[in-house]
Amino acid sequence: MSDEPLVLGIETSCDETGVGIVRGQTLLVDTVASSVEEHARFGGVVPEVASRAHLEAMVPTIERACREAGVRLRDLDAISVTAGPGLAGALLVGVASAKALALALGTPIYGVNHLASHVAVDIVEHGPLPEPTMAMLVSGGHSSLLLVPDVTNDVRSLGSTMDDAAGEAFDKVARVLGLPFPGGPHVDRAAREGNRIAIDFPRGLTTGRDMERHRFDFSFSGLKTAVARWVETRQRAGEAVPVADVAASFQEAVVDVLTRKALLACKEHDVDHLLIGGGVAANSRLRALAEERCAKAGVTLRVPRPGLCTDNGAMVAALGAQMVSKGRDPSDLGLPTDSSMPVTLVQA
Amino acid sequence: MLLLAIDTSTTAITVGLHDGSSVVAEAATLDARAHAEHLAPNIRDVLASAGAEPGDVTDVVVGIGPGPFTGLRVGIVTGRTFAFALGLPVRGLTSLDAIAHEAWLGGRRGELVVATDARRKEVYAAAYVLGDDRADRVTEPAVSRAGDLPAETRGLPTAGRGPTLYAEALPHAVAPLDVSGGALADLAVRRLRETAPAPGGLQWVDPGHGFDGLEPLYLRRPDAAPAPPSTKSTLG
Ligand SMILES: [Zn+2]
Repeated sequence: MSDEPLVLGIETSCDETGVGIVRGQTLLVDTVASSVEEHARFGGVVPEVASRAHLEAMVPTIERACREAGVRLRDLDAISVTAGPGLAGALLVGVASAKALALALGTPIYGVNHLASHVAVDIVEHGPLPEPTMAMLVSGGHSSLLLVPDVTNDVRSLGSTMDDAAGEAFDKVARVLGLPFPGGPHVDRAAREGNRIAIDFPRGLTTGRDMERHRFDFSFSGLKTAVARWVETRQRAGEAVPVADVAASFQEAVVDVLTRKALLACKEHDVDHLLIGGGVAANSRLRALAEERCAKAGVTLRVPRPGLCTDNGAMVAALGAQMVSKGRDPSDLGLPTDSSMPVTLVQA
Repeated sequence: MLLLAIDTSTTAITVGLHDGSSVVAEAATLDARAHAEHLAPNIRDVLASAGAEPGDVTDVVVGIGPGPFTGLRVGIVTGRTFAFALGLPVRGLTSLDAIAHEAWLGGRRGELVVATDARRKEVYAAAYVLGDDRADRVTEPAVSRAGDLPAETRGLPTAGRGPTLYAEALPHAVAPLDVSGGALADLAVRRLRETAPAPGGLQWVDPGHGFDGLEPLYLRRPDAAPAPPSTKSTLG
């Protein structure tokens, strides 16, 4: 137990200041300070507001994580930090802080990919990842299907969104329906009272030529527009908008495409484990439909608990611990941030 | 004593190390776009060239700006974290003061303006009087167009990059252009000597005691920044 690496992970790619500590495959603490309330009035994350909040929260969050885990900084074996992708100014705060920790403590530093971290976090939840694993990451910032032979150095992109991320579509539809930001949980809640088949909203990139050229890609912008137009038409006619039905039908269109493509990817690549991560993985209908379809296809579904699906430091620590365990070389102290770091690059 | 000084408020990503009697090592990289890349290696190199380990550092001082936000934060979070990791006191100083102090160390006396690049066609500026034994700041740091500074101010000797960017408004350029870690360290050591020590046991040193706290001097609200809301939501 004690020879497993003790790793502290820092995540600041968007608006959550996350610090997690992992020993090997065991999660010791996951501490998050969020600036989401400061962004609510803008209807989206304002990068400068996020960066300011990261600076204020950074050291107190590290301090709190160590205290709650009963870990002394000098006992750490490595520091791990999100190097990208994400908001440039936000990433810089976390990376600078991680470097200062590594330098002061004399530990190696691993600058890692945010998306690979979303995959690796399930190791501390459900144990080692089967190799390969199929991973679908759905959030406000990303919608990707990844084939993952080795989360520490071999992550392959099968497809991603052509326009909006899935979570973004939730935010925009929430706005159309007069629901608060962030939209995901509010649409989910409203949808529980609604009829999923009330309105037949379009499923992007699922037919004919699209399935040839964009087999595992997604598109949610047409769906978002269709919802807005449908609601507008009702409003113009002076009719009440059935919010629950619109939410349920929209949500169904999203999760139908996501799960359909994810399972098709499992089948075609002969992979029998599907991992879903990212904030949208907290969506109750996505979980239910994925369970149903995975069971039917004989695929084992892995979804971390909601707190580990949204951005957090534990996922970065989890990937860092894998890097150490697999003997990967640490990053240089001069490692750069990369706001558009490709998903195929696990380490900076 | 081994005092580590860090500043990222200007084009120079700069680090200085002071042993209480003199600056023992110094490093600066001129790169306005890559503060986080160069700062930690510069600290490592400065310590190595002084034959010191991180654990030998006794005090940390960071320049708190004003300066372009993204780079400024890199220095402040680095100083705060480094000090926290080693259980050291960390203090902040106004970065413009370090530029005035370096001019003073170079022998300049009398009135001086420090005007640095604030981007968006503006400068961060403050006025100083350089006396026999010290440089005193006589105005609060402010952000404005160079041409909007008072006429009597604009004609004064002006340090910082303001005059190189806005030569018409600030015709009387003098050295230095950027903050130097050595000058910041020297200023910090003098302030520590001049003022009563902070109450014992305090790891995080509040404003006062000759220092300026650890909050960045942004001088602009984020709302004023024309940064459109990101297309990214907060769903992780
Ligand atoms: Zn994420």
